[in-house]
Amino acid sequence: MSEILAYGFMQRALLAALLVGLLCPTISFFVVLKRLSFLGAGISHTALGGIAIGLASGVDPVLTGSIFAVGTAMSTGHISRLGKISEDTVIGIFYASGMALGIALISTFKGYYPELFSLLFGNILAVSSRHLQLMAVVLAVILVFVLLFFKELLAICFDEEMAIAGGLPVGPLYMGLLAAIGLTVMVSIQLVGVVLVAALLVIPGATAYRLSSNYRSMFAFSLIIGLSGCFGGLFVSYFFPVPPGAAIVLILAAIFAGAVAVKYYLERRP
Amino acid sequence: MNEVIAAHNLAVALGGKTVLEDITFTAGSGELTGVIGPNGAGKTTLLRAILGLVPLQEGSLSVFGISGRRLKDIRPRIGYMPQRQSFERRFPLSSADVVATGLLSPQTIFRRIRGREDQVRKALRAVGMEGYYHRPFQGLSGGEQQRVLLARALSRRPKLLLLDEPNTGLDFPAQQSFVKLLRELKDKEGLAIILVSHDLASIAPAADKLLCINRTMHIHGHPAEVLRSPYLDEAYRCQFDFLTTGGDSERCWH
Repeated sequence: MSEILAYGFMQRALLAALLVGLLCPTISFFVVLKRLSFLGAGISHTALGGIAIGLASGVDPVLTGSIFAVGTAMSTGHISRLGKISEDTVIGIFYASGMALGIALISTFKGYYPELFSLLFGNILAVSSRHLQLMAVVLAVILVFVLLFFKELLAICFDEEMAIAGGLPVGPLYMGLLAAIGLTVMVSIQLVGVVLVAALLVIPGATAYRLSSNYRSMFAFSLIIGLSGCFGGLFVSYFFPVPPGAAIVLILAAIFAGAVAVKYYLERRP
Repeated sequence: MNEVIAAHNLAVALGGKTVLEDITFTAGSGELTGVIGPNGAGKTTLLRAILGLVPLQEGSLSVFGISGRRLKDIRPRIGYMPQRQSFERRFPLSSADVVATGLLSPQTIFRRIRGREDQVRKALRAVGMEGYYHRPFQGLSGGEQQRVLLARALSRRPKLLLLDEPNTGLDFPAQQSFVKLLRELKDKEGLAIILVSHDLASIAPAADKLLCINRTMHIHGHPAEVLRSPYLDEAYRCQFDFLTTGGDSERCWH
């Protein structure tokens, strides 16, 4: 253990796992309750377009990707709320268009871009101090938002129609939640990459949902599962030749499968 | 009896298309008004207009004497129970948590809800569900869930209750029990109740008045009068036949 902590890159990786392990399960709780899983996958893939623009223009790709991710999330919410096009259709269009833009721009690049591969497939071991600061700021902002509006967000997830009738500012709160999902996607991409980040947004909440009959235990389970996946994946990748992003997602998937099996067994036990 | 709702030649358009027109009716305290009509008749839109969620295209609508844009200010005085399809039935909330969502308003943002437990217990007691305070909502039967959702609508002690298809998915005894509970609440609390349903058989025996609509108003009056009216057949675009004859005529689907 002390050997692991002796390396600076491992210290930063552990801190990144802690920050993302708290951030993703917090958002995952609402993603699952509001049935926004497809939105998470859509935003992460759309962000590829923003990342490619950043790399092509020399601007920080994390910044351009974040603008794309938040913009996509909020545009999806706004367009679907106009009632003309369903949310799934809007996400499907953004998803494919963002990916196409990213692929088109990347195909024009000459030379090797190590940053691009880090963002596509994730590399927690290469996380920088500046990126850690960004993660900490995003975590703090999202935690403040969630703590201030927890009961209202929960009510909107349960029954949006009733929340509107009660006079709650449903539109701004929903947009705030979508922006939080966009930011979470972007800061988590460094860990597991564009391709796998949706798993961090869905699996902790989905597993906790299976195991809980009240929202308090669901929130707690979601955090425990998210942290277990992030730290577990990091340790597995240290000892075995498996990329950390893939290891994190595989551990989360194994926890989900285990939870489904245990629940199935308990429900059928005489 | 105080007049709670007064609508005169009310018309509503959604996306440029008129979905309701020429709706005129009144509803008073201690009165249960059944809004009937086939699917897509505009019944839910009428409730949304009363809540101030959709603007009027024409005519006038006053609720507790208030009209226009100020309708949204009186939402806390209105208990609302949306259609069952609009929520996730396995949502991890207890019955008390569900009722407490009805206490949320712009005034409770950034604040704890004062007297939350008391208000929730009173609302659950009013619908005969006090013993279900800690029970997971997802584990309740359809009829029990409807009672908890009714408690949520009652949590702010409203004077007007708007119920959108509350009997959908319930078996006949559960429907009877729910309607009986509504009548008790109406008599005890002096509530004005607007009950929307496409199921004529479940609503007609309980209502003091019926309002039959299908995009426009076809008839409004005492249930016996409405059930005998040819306008009912016109609204549903089918023929009703007499099922039994007694003091009052009753009819059912043909």
